[in-house]
Amino acid sequence: MPLFILQRILSTLPVMGFVALIVFLLLRISGDPAAILAGDTASLEQVEKVRQSLGLDRPVAVQFFEWFGRLLRGDLGTSLFTGLPVATLIGQRLEPTMFLATTTILFSITVAVPLGVLAAWKAGTWVDRLVMLLAVVGFSVPVFVMGYFLIFGLAISMRWFPVQGYVSPFVDFSRFVNTITLPTLTLSCIYVALIARITRASVLEVLNEDYIRTARAKGQIEKKVLFKHALKNAAVPIVTVIGLGVALLIGGVVVTESVFNIPGLGRLVVDAITRRDYPIIQGLILFFAFVYIMLNLLIDIAYTLVDPRIRY
Amino acid sequence: MEMNRRDLMAGAAAAAAAATLPGAASAQAKGILKVIPHASLTTLDPVATTGYIVRNHGYMIWDTLFAMNDKLEVQPQMASGVEISPDKLTYRITLRDNLNWHDDTAVTAEDCASSLIRWGKVDGMGIRLFNYVDSVTADGAKTIVIKMKKPYGLVLESIGKLSTNVPFMMPKRLADKPPTDRLTANDMIGSGPFRWVAGEYKPGARTVYVRNPKYVPRTEAASNASGGKNVFVEGVEWINFPDPTTALNALMSGEVDYYEQVPADLMPVVARAPGVKLGNFNPLGNVGMGRFNHLVGPTNNPGVRRAIAMAINQADVLKAAIGAPDYMRTCHSIVPCGTTFESKVAIEDIGKGNLEAARKLLRESGYNGEKIVLLATTDIPVQTAMATVVADTLKRLGMNVEAQAMDWATVLQRRTSRNPVDQGGWNMFFTWWEGADVLDPVVQFAMSGAGDRAWVGWANDPETEALRTQFAESASIDEKKKLMDAIQKRQFETGNFQAWLGQFFMATGYRDNVSGILNAPPFFWNIRKA
Repeated sequence: MPLFILQRILSTLPVMGFVALIVFLLLRISGDPAAILAGDTASLEQVEKVRQSLGLDRPVAVQFFEWFGRLLRGDLGTSLFTGLPVATLIGQRLEPTMFLATTTILFSITVAVPLGVLAAWKAGTWVDRLVMLLAVVGFSVPVFVMGYFLIFGLAISMRWFPVQGYVSPFVDFSRFVNTITLPTLTLSCIYVALIARITRASVLEVLNEDYIRTARAKGQIEKKVLFKHALKNAAVPIVTVIGLGVALLIGGVVVTESVFNIPGLGRLVVDAITRRDYPIIQGLILFFAFVYIMLNLLIDIAYTLVDPRIRY
Repeated sequence: MEMNRRDLMAGAAAAAAAATLPGAASAQAKGILKVIPHASLTTLDPVATTGYIVRNHGYMIWDTLFAMNDKLEVQPQMASGVEISPDKLTYRITLRDNLNWHDDTAVTAEDCASSLIRWGKVDGMGIRLFNYVDSVTADGAKTIVIKMKKPYGLVLESIGKLSTNVPFMMPKRLADKPPTDRLTANDMIGSGPFRWVAGEYKPGARTVYVRNPKYVPRTEAASNASGGKNVFVEGVEWINFPDPTTALNALMSGEVDYYEQVPADLMPVVARAPGVKLGNFNPLGNVGMGRFNHLVGPTNNPGVRRAIAMAINQADVLKAAIGAPDYMRTCHSIVPCGTTFESKVAIEDIGKGNLEAARKLLRESGYNGEKIVLLATTDIPVQTAMATVVADTLKRLGMNVEAQAMDWATVLQRRTSRNPVDQGGWNMFFTWWEGADVLDPVVQFAMSGAGDRAWVGWANDPETEALRTQFAESASIDEKKKLMDAIQKRQFETGNFQAWLGQFFMATGYRDNVSGILNAPPFFWNIRKA
């Protein structure tokens, strides 16, 4: 196992290098930050001066190797607009996104897995159909529509939650819970729907296996049959979907952070793309790629926990 | 993240520890004003860049030697006065007492001389002024001496200009930086009414200022950018909202106090919301324009440009872009209507949608169905509406129109191209300038006819340039008005630099416990929060 983990970590390096190259080249053909930085009323001369001061007038290859050299030293670069290190900007925005993603995943698993098991257990009944109907709605309704719906109902009409904002749990935990609840509910909808459907399908398949029939014949109570025997054997595809769903989560975070005005990484990346702030975009994409690769590694490791037959 | 009063006061600890000087409004300072600005503050140097959000940020931290009042008259601000020699070749500007930088060092004439020189390398009006300036020096700690090569009619108007790039006064160590070496978050040291809280700055998310307890306001009442900058709140927090609907919800729920620019389509909602008011605090408004490229066909043909300007109906453009009658008006002058130099010369056929006359003019121009490329912005609703209406107008005029949809960042890049339209070039793009930036033909960079040195579009008209120079050198308002008429006539008769799309005003939404908002750009002194 340790060798497998080491191999996987080492295999991330060429992947990250390839991502870095592609991102760098794509960004260079996407727009000119100097024109944006100089402003609408700037003359061409002013734009050119800004371009020179940013080093954007040099050959692309020179720019790439300089950036890549710094990257190898762990330096993600400096924002063209703010002059702040990209690592600092990511650090500023990481906490809200991390907490939003974590609460969403925890909430989704907590709600979706029992719902999926329930639907499988009551397959073909109104309970099953109701759960699947909710799953279809949850999966179909766009994140921003769900966000506005919850804001209108629970923030503006009922006044139970604030409309927007984020408070760190390290500053005020109760206000953190207050501000993170609606974004979590919003972002969880798709995730709950996805996990509930996969859980239902996986558990339903397992419930037809001989060992389940045997467990029931031995007189096991239904709760144990479902959660100990069926769910454990159905866990591999569920864990896979949770992992793959992280990519979905990253996309959803961007929208959710905008709707609830949370100053997280999603908004940072959108703002950077709008301004063509290359170093931030490059840094964030590399960061997201790294997180995604590491999550997949964790999922591979998790397989060994839920299925003893899997060994690396 | 959100900031509470305790955080803000902690951030301002150094400021709060300082002794309060006479005139400061410390005893009455109350509350934190939470503001939704019109854009994110990502660059911080108000001299090196032209963005309005950076200008507004500049007014928080820095102060100016002179400033404009409500009547657009230049008034002393950091200056106590100015002595002008009879030959108008020497200006001796004296600083008023008790001016200090935020790091507790005294403001000196040397600081101010360096600040003027830095600004004079970047700003269009500053560059023009410095063509006439022989030297800017300090005479002792409190007197700045400007020696001119020859008399110039806009010396104080330039130094006291209201909008970008504003000649803010900075400590010499900052002002000595070349403009390409932009100021960063650690350089936010000014002498203005607010202090920067560096630790709370999150670009694109939040910016925090606290009241400067050592600031000594002038005794006159606040008027536009001039007069007493009394601060009646403990601090101001700019919170960026990427989504206008969320911003509106936050205002209506009382989570923010002030929404700088309420989008036109949300105005009716704000107007009906309890506890919220809607107002127009910038009487100069904004002037919309469709900028022509003078280098490539078919808009390199003055006849084509005139036909387009004649075909466009400002009323249609404004209706699509703004819609609210109280916040828009047609304006056919090349400077904002209602201001000193508004001209009514030669406006009969411009911007009134006279399609028949425009078609005749287009035929006479020799236009032969060449493609006209419009850069149509998609992510700024007002500009999107402008491009859509103009594209439709030009089709009805009989032109071969190609409206290319792209985000504003791409427009900014594409418009620097001088290539023909089939090689990535362009003919028109759409934008607007704040009224303060187009007050007269000299401050208005879009009116430059200096070819390569003009704004993108590269209008080249030596006669317009000569008239602008005469305007700048003239010391008489009456003469300037005559020159203004001549420039406008020249514009409309010989092919416009841009098609004028009307004047419009941005509505500000604010909670009903907020008072004292000035008729000016978004300034946050004089505002009280009950």
